[in-house]
Amino acid sequence: MVSKIDNALSFQQQALGLRAYRQQVLASNIANADTPNYKAKDFDFTTALQSAVAGRSEGSLQVSKTDPAHLSGTAENAPVRLMYRTPAQSSVDGNTVEMDVERSQFSENAIQYEAGVTFITQQLKMLSLAVQGQSS
Amino acid sequence: MSIFNVFQVAGSALTAQSARLNAVASNLANADSIAGPDGKPYRAKQVVFEATPVDGQNAMGVKVKQVVEDASPGRMIYDPRNPAANENGYVTLPNVSVVDEMVNMISASRSYQTNAEVMNTAKQLLLKTLTLGQ
Repeated sequence: MVSKIDNALSFQQQALGLRAYRQQVLASNIANADTPNYKAKDFDFTTALQSAVAGRSEGSLQVSKTDPAHLSGTAENAPVRLMYRTPAQSSVDGNTVEMDVERSQFSENAIQYEAGVTFITQQLKMLSLAVQGQSS
Repeated sequence: MSIFNVFQVAGSALTAQSARLNAVASNLANADSIAGPDGKPYRAKQVVFEATPVDGQNAMGVKVKQVVEDASPGRMIYDPRNPAANENGYVTLPNVSVVDEMVNMISASRSYQTNAEVMNTAKQLLLKTLTLGQ
């Protein structure tokens, strides 16, 4: 029973987690808008959410082991695969942050996050309505 | 929790940008200082930014790597009555470019504003998260 409630909410939970992570990545880009040679990063939300739902962590690189004595290694373990942005207009100091792009993505992601919170709230209301089972 | 890292990232940017604004203020204030504490004309100071990882995560904050002195030669004006004038009557003024500093100031203040706004958004999102299930 409890696992069913958990399953009902797990999709939104994954989505919200990725939204929060993307917010952090975009904040890093905005913070480093004046840092020479900083390369703006982002990730594709759709593929990240698909692999998160499927239980794969696409960011971690697994070392292939052909012998039991091989070490597993300590590859970087990010929840998603970050990719560099291609700038429309590159700057002389090697920085690829474009403030208009970052700002719009940041605002959009914030709204999507708030939408995610609203979805979870509504889903919880629906569940509690089903649990109470009373028509008022 | 990734959203809390946003505060650290944006906070580091606020610190770095205010250091830059500080350097600009110092340069503009001393645009005409023909002698510093060492007796030589003031030299313009510029901050160099560097991306720095926050909290061991993939989040990149920013910090001031170093403050460098501008190596360009100082402005020379002809003013033989000035006590600091050399034998040809020229006075060496600081190498502060007032136009460059004004541009720097606008850029720093805009970046500061943007990062303050980023912090505000993160705060809103966290407050919204706290209302979850209500």
